[in-house]
Amino acid sequence: MSHDHSPKTAGSHDGHGDHDVSKHIRTYLLIGGFLLIGTAITVWAATIDFGSHNLNIGIGLLIATVKASLVALFFMHLISEKTAIYMFLGATVFFVTGLMVLTLFSFSDLPKDSEFLRLNPPAPAAQTEASH
Amino acid sequence: MDIPYTTTPREDTGLYNAKVGIWLFLASEVMLFGALFSSYILLRVGADWWPAPRSILNIPIGTFNTAVLIISSVTVVLAWASLKMNQLSKFKLYQGITILCALIFVGVKSVEYTEKWKHYEIWLNDGSNYSGHIDVNGKHNPFFYTHNKLVSEGVTEITFTKDPHKYGDPLPEKAAGGGEAHAAEAHAHESMVIKTEDIKRLSAFVPAHSTYFAIYFTMTGLHALHVIGGALVMFYLWITAGSWFRSRPEQFTNRIEVSGLFWHFVDLVWIFLFPILYLM
Repeated sequence: MSHDHSPKTAGSHDGHGDHDVSKHIRTYLLIGGFLLIGTAITVWAATIDFGSHNLNIGIGLLIATVKASLVALFFMHLISEKTAIYMFLGATVFFVTGLMVLTLFSFSDLPKDSEFLRLNPPAPAAQTEASH
Repeated sequence: MDIPYTTTPREDTGLYNAKVGIWLFLASEVMLFGALFSSYILLRVGADWWPAPRSILNIPIGTFNTAVLIISSVTVVLAWASLKMNQLSKFKLYQGITILCALIFVGVKSVEYTEKWKHYEIWLNDGSNYSGHIDVNGKHNPFFYTHNKLVSEGVTEITFTKDPHKYGDPLPEKAAGGGEAHAAEAHAHESMVIKTEDIKRLSAFVPAHSTYFAIYFTMTGLHALHVIGGALVMFYLWITAGSWFRSRPEQFTNRIEVSGLFWHFVDLVWIFLFPILYLM
């Protein structure tokens, strides 16, 4: 038995009428499919040796960023939102970028036996001086 | 007095208030998880050794849970779309599937957690160390044992069953050649009796075990709390849907959109957690 009702169009003030929404359902299903495929690609890419561990990490993060962008743009409707929300997000991106960049400063004070320095050894001091 | 702007947009923002509220909340959530992600980067880059996660965590289970969250993200947006088209029965179906997905995710995560809590690494006084499972006084795979706990319980010896592949080491298939794979299989599930006095350190895979597990449990634990919180809200909206939608359809639809935005954010965080904790 159907419990459907026919009240006035729900949420009609935000520009998403029922006709608009029905057109988007196919998009939602497609994006869901892309995300599942993206997950499979993430797992597969992690088993491939791209030549350096850092490159593997970069590729994994790139795939994750594409998947996250699809969620944000289509499921969270950021592809067509009001200016106020873009302003909130702009401020958020600014602060979270600051958080990450400030963390980068600590790289200049790493323990000598850290994995990062082992993978990215600094240029020898003598060579640096010779270049001047 | 009615709360203003539950359905009609404010002139200055062009949005109903709950939507402004959820986006401000999500902004604070980005900062919360951003702090943890930057902590992860700092801990990992500064570590003198980082385990190969594939040897510790179950990739198929992690992949399955990722798929479950993605499916729930699709159903939660379909639930909202159903209300937009005035189809309450479809809404109930999609919202129900979303809640079921949340339960599956948390259930699988708790299985993963309990497996870790009875999985051990042991360091011996002779410098050797192994990962595996323990038997203590007839108790098979007990939780949370440490060297101090063995001493306090007067345990003189334990039986230690070694893993086929030691914790944190690359899997043998990925090692050069293929001989190591056979060598590892030969030592698989090898049991040995170890005296308590010969043990330097014994730790289950709990946050205190290592930096990796500290950040793993912190990030996945906080994420799981978000899944549980989101599921509770969605369950409340699910069981009150009928009367609420009949009396105030627009307000209810907006509530579903707002809870859906939170759920998508939870999915989005996991999209990053899965590769950095399970695969890299």
